[in-house]
Amino acid sequence: MDWFVFLALLQDGITTGAIYLLLAIGLLIVFSVTRVIFVPQGDLLAFGTLTVAALQSGHLPGTLWLLDGVSALALVASPLHGRRAAPRGVLSWGVYPLAVTGAALFLAPRQVPAISILLALAIVTPMGPLIWRFAFRPIADASVLALLILSMALHFVLIGLGLVFFGPEEASAPALTDASFDLGDLNVSGQSLAVLLCCAVLVLGLRWFFGVNIHGKALRAAASDRLGARLVGIDAGATGSLAFGLASFIAALAGVLIGAVTPLSYDAGFDIGLKGFVAAIMGGLVSYPMAAAGAVLVGVLESLGSFWASAYREVIVFTLLIPVLVWLSLRSGSPEDRA
Amino acid sequence: MEKNPPPPLVGLGREADQGWGEGCEPSPASGSTHPYPPPSPTVGGRVFPAIFATIAVVVLIPAVLPTFYVTLFGYVGLGTLVALGLVLLTGVSGQTSFGQASFVGLAAYATTLLTKFAGAPPIVGLAAGLVLTGVIAWLLGLVTARLSGHFLALVSVAWGISFYSLFGTLPLLHGFNGIGDIPPLSLGPFSAASLRVNLGVIWAAVAIVMAMSASLLDSRIGRAIRTLNGARLMGESVGIDTVRLSRAVFVIAALYAGIAGFLFAHFQRFISPTPFSLGASIDYLFMVIIGGAGSLWGAPVGAALVVVLRDQFNDWIPRITGRVGDFELLVFSLVVIVLLQRAPDGLLPLLARLKRPRPPQGEREVEIPAEAPPVPASTTTPGTELLALEAISRNFGGLAANRDVSFAVHASEIVALIGPNGAGKTTLFNVVSGVLPPSSGSIRLFGALARHRPPRRVAALGLARTFQHVKLLPTRSVWENIALGTHLLGRASLLRAMLRLDRAEEARLLAQARAQAVRVGLAPVLHMPAGDLPLGRQRVVEIARALCLRPRLLLLDEPAAGLRLAEKQFLSMLLRQLRAEGMGVLLVEHDMDFVMQLADRVVVMDFGQKIAEGPPERVQSDPAVMEAYLGGLE
Repeated sequence: MDWFVFLALLQDGITTGAIYLLLAIGLLIVFSVTRVIFVPQGDLLAFGTLTVAALQSGHLPGTLWLLDGVSALALVASPLHGRRAAPRGVLSWGVYPLAVTGAALFLAPRQVPAISILLALAIVTPMGPLIWRFAFRPIADASVLALLILSMALHFVLIGLGLVFFGPEEASAPALTDASFDLGDLNVSGQSLAVLLCCAVLVLGLRWFFGVNIHGKALRAAASDRLGARLVGIDAGATGSLAFGLASFIAALAGVLIGAVTPLSYDAGFDIGLKGFVAAIMGGLVSYPMAAAGAVLVGVLESLGSFWASAYREVIVFTLLIPVLVWLSLRSGSPEDRA
Repeated sequence: MEKNPPPPLVGLGREADQGWGEGCEPSPASGSTHPYPPPSPTVGGRVFPAIFATIAVVVLIPAVLPTFYVTLFGYVGLGTLVALGLVLLTGVSGQTSFGQASFVGLAAYATTLLTKFAGAPPIVGLAAGLVLTGVIAWLLGLVTARLSGHFLALVSVAWGISFYSLFGTLPLLHGFNGIGDIPPLSLGPFSAASLRVNLGVIWAAVAIVMAMSASLLDSRIGRAIRTLNGARLMGESVGIDTVRLSRAVFVIAALYAGIAGFLFAHFQRFISPTPFSLGASIDYLFMVIIGGAGSLWGAPVGAALVVVLRDQFNDWIPRITGRVGDFELLVFSLVVIVLLQRAPDGLLPLLARLKRPRPPQGEREVEIPAEAPPVPASTTTPGTELLALEAISRNFGGLAANRDVSFAVHASEIVALIGPNGAGKTTLFNVVSGVLPPSSGSIRLFGALARHRPPRRVAALGLARTFQHVKLLPTRSVWENIALGTHLLGRASLLRAMLRLDRAEEARLLAQARAQAVRVGLAPVLHMPAGDLPLGRQRVVEIARALCLRPRLLLLDEPAAGLRLAEKQFLSMLLRQLRAEGMGVLLVEHDMDFVMQLADRVVVMDFGQKIAEGPPERVQSDPAVMEAYLGGLE
């Protein structure tokens, strides 16, 4: 392997690493606020890619109807949660889906990439809060293990729906830019830079959100002590909804970004999500900077691995977990009772 | 305990339990007159007859079933084997794995390679498969056993995918083309080429594995396994090595999957990577969730439902939707989600609820000697130093919970540790019992100086404790909870327990537990679930559990909290009696009347420091103590 190939692989690795980083961040947000290990995040990523691909080809995606249907259910159920929740419920689950559906009906036939991307984000992002609302909130106090099993079941639900909505074919998202330029011997693609740029903007945005914004602070409070946060009046339902919303937005964005680099099929999200996990586990499910380092490492290793031993690519990535776990294991002291 | 039984705790009878609360006058006699029923805290009292029935059915059914159903029931049996391991892992020990199918695959490929290509007899293939799965599970457990349960689950996804990918790519394993013509099962001159014989073998294996699992749960190790699910700290405090034990359970679950893999290869006589995918692992887990993870019978129920329903879905869904795909998985997943939300214990308890509730039966599993052998009391000369703290400090970040605390506890002495809330009493307790290492200072326990010993070591040396927030297995009987304290008195290995070779020892341990229950007045409620007792009585269960360790030093964290007056009097009588037998007692307590009339010496703490120490009357008039409790006069 010469220097040129290495640099090209490195560029690929860093680009996918940035995607894994986004997913790891989403996982960490959801886990720390709700203790849910959000397995279906990868499937939402695939939804993102396939939704934008469908819109771009002039079709209305099945995810839109899913959004409308489940929102309607939530709308019917919302008065059950008190009078104060009702107006917000009408706004989120009544007005919003109607507006998105209207926009999609009107705008999708024009097949403008930027608009398709925005529509896809608007369609996939509410899936997170809806998942929270119907799957996890009813058993929010169950054990991490029960929540994880539910999460796994949900992954298969989304896969099944993905197959119904999009069929088994792969599809790509439109590139944000076709530009590319040469840096010495290396051809740097504009899309790679766009991915990194989006990633940086998102990380900075989250930094602002968690550091300055009151809702972000509420999330941090709920993450550090759920009971305490509830006692000072932070609504556990709302923080959970927000955490899932952030995660599904991140997933949709990641799907739109990576879909332009690699075509995806309905079931491809899980593997990508899993690598986000590997990165998140490297952070011990608590540390964001560690997860970032892990994500880039996973991306680069995978990229190099696919060159040397493509058949064993997955094995290499997951074997990486072993030393990390040994390290975490040694660091953790006496066995503690679990929540 | 027979020579001088303390009067029973008042209001122990079941009648009194119904109306436990203010205004209910307990009848003082009810405890002593109440005969306790013939005992046994076993889990599987009726397991054996049921298993014989199963075997009979196993032999008869294969002979008459149509071939299609033979195959179907074969898969139900194989699923049951894997699910049984998951019941132990998920339902009992509170861990889980999304990678069981890869263990099935490891054993299946091992026996295939050996029997087909090396010409070895299947029994060698079985042995090799079990060794392989066992070793790999042990290694994976080694990596994750110290981490919280969800790490094991997440990592299991990773290795599930890795093994699947290896099965598909290693040239030796013929990839997705699979390997056919695997030799049939045989043992010596007997060969089982027929599917029907295979079905019999599979279900015989199910019956054996189920009986062994039931025996395991009904043993000393089985009780210990239950502490893994959310009560590890308590488990360690009675001497259970929870890290090693959770790894052992994980290996057992993997071996069950390995047995299934071996049978699968010779039953189907063709293998490819597909049945060992992550999806298959999830299927096994769904069987357990759908059947019910809380009981061994959940495994066959769940396996039958999943296998049969899947078969039906495969028939019907394409006819309805006109498409082929993973739709049955979608339906199963929705079912599992609803079950997790509405019936987290699975369908089995729901089915069981339909039956008329049966009155509890006397069980005859464990023969208890009429006269329980007396517990050899640990003899200590009164006045011997048991525990000495030397300048113990413990910090949490910048907060000093304990600063330079020193005092000693001697044999035949009751020392009370008192102080306002937040004085650092419970932290000190945790340091003494090994839960927390001290930041500085050292502890001399029974004459041996050490900075820190883990709780398990401390328990083995002869220090037993109770917890401020009661830690019991709430759904298990009082008897089983108390018997947890006898863990260190037993020697029988996990394998002996599975083969029921531990019965004599088990009877001895249960007798010891019952003796302690009688001593503290819990005999009438031996069979009640511990969680159904009022909080005060749960504390007494903890004391009985601690006494089972035959401790030289007993640490009690607020033992009188939640007790009523008569119960407190009983408790102080019990503690005096223990003192007379040579035991040292260190207790944290807020009830001053209780403390002052009982303790030989009182240690007072405030803001992490010892501010006074001495006999009760002197401490009560100490100005520093009065200031700590009543606030200074400005």
